[in-house]
Amino acid sequence: MTNVTKNRPLSPHLQIYKFVPTMAMSIVHRITGGALYVGTILVAAWLIAAASGVEYFNQVNWLFGTIIGQIVLFGYTWALIHHMLGGLRHILWDVGLGYEKHFANKLAVLSLVASVALTLLIWAIVLLMRV
Amino acid sequence: MDMRTPLNKVRGLGSAKSGTDHFWRVRTTSIALVPLLIFYIVFLILYAGRPYEDVVAALANPFVSVITALTVVASIIHMRLGMEEIIQDYVHSEGLKVTALILNAFFSLFVGGLCLFAVLKIAFAG
Repeated sequence: MTNVTKNRPLSPHLQIYKFVPTMAMSIVHRITGGALYVGTILVAAWLIAAASGVEYFNQVNWLFGTIIGQIVLFGYTWALIHHMLGGLRHILWDVGLGYEKHFANKLAVLSLVASVALTLLIWAIVLLMRV
Repeated sequence: MDMRTPLNKVRGLGSAKSGTDHFWRVRTTSIALVPLLIFYIVFLILYAGRPYEDVVAALANPFVSVITALTVVASIIHMRLGMEEIIQDYVHSEGLKVTALILNAFFSLFVGGLCLFAVLKIAFAG
């Protein structure tokens, strides 16, 4: 059986299709999902530090406050927002709406624009509140 | 000719024997996570950079504790299912695939267990 399955012809893949926004957002949805998976370590670290006392909490806060920490958290915020907007698109499709080609492509581009805008908005509010 | 038995048809579980269960749990947790994470984003906007005492006092609030615990549970179920899909799509060698699926389950439950313990400790012991 193994030989049979290994020699099966493959269907045409990515390189043969024209680039469209929905396919780009599809793979970004999966990549952001993977990033959020790994990022739960950050959430766990923060919660455990909060449960472990002021010293640990300040250490984790310091780490998150470094430039690299802030870039990672900014990326995590964007991944979360993008994945959530992608999820909402999936729910729209699940109820049978939004399959028209041009609409689906517009929505894909819109979800990218909205995810960046919302991420910037959230960080702007956080930074303004600290001032 | 349909070779399926009437029982098989009425169960509707298909060849993988789990029917739409995976899909259903992904969607249920995703719907739950929308309001939960919106709450959490607002919470983090309010408490980012605030001193330890303020953050722990806020997390110890019963309402926030329950929301945090629910967010953790919905998240780890959702992320485990999502990673399962990625592994099944890209890992073709049987041994590696099974190993990855088991590690995925361990990682998800481990992170979830740690987070839940932290939430409960803050809620009950401060």
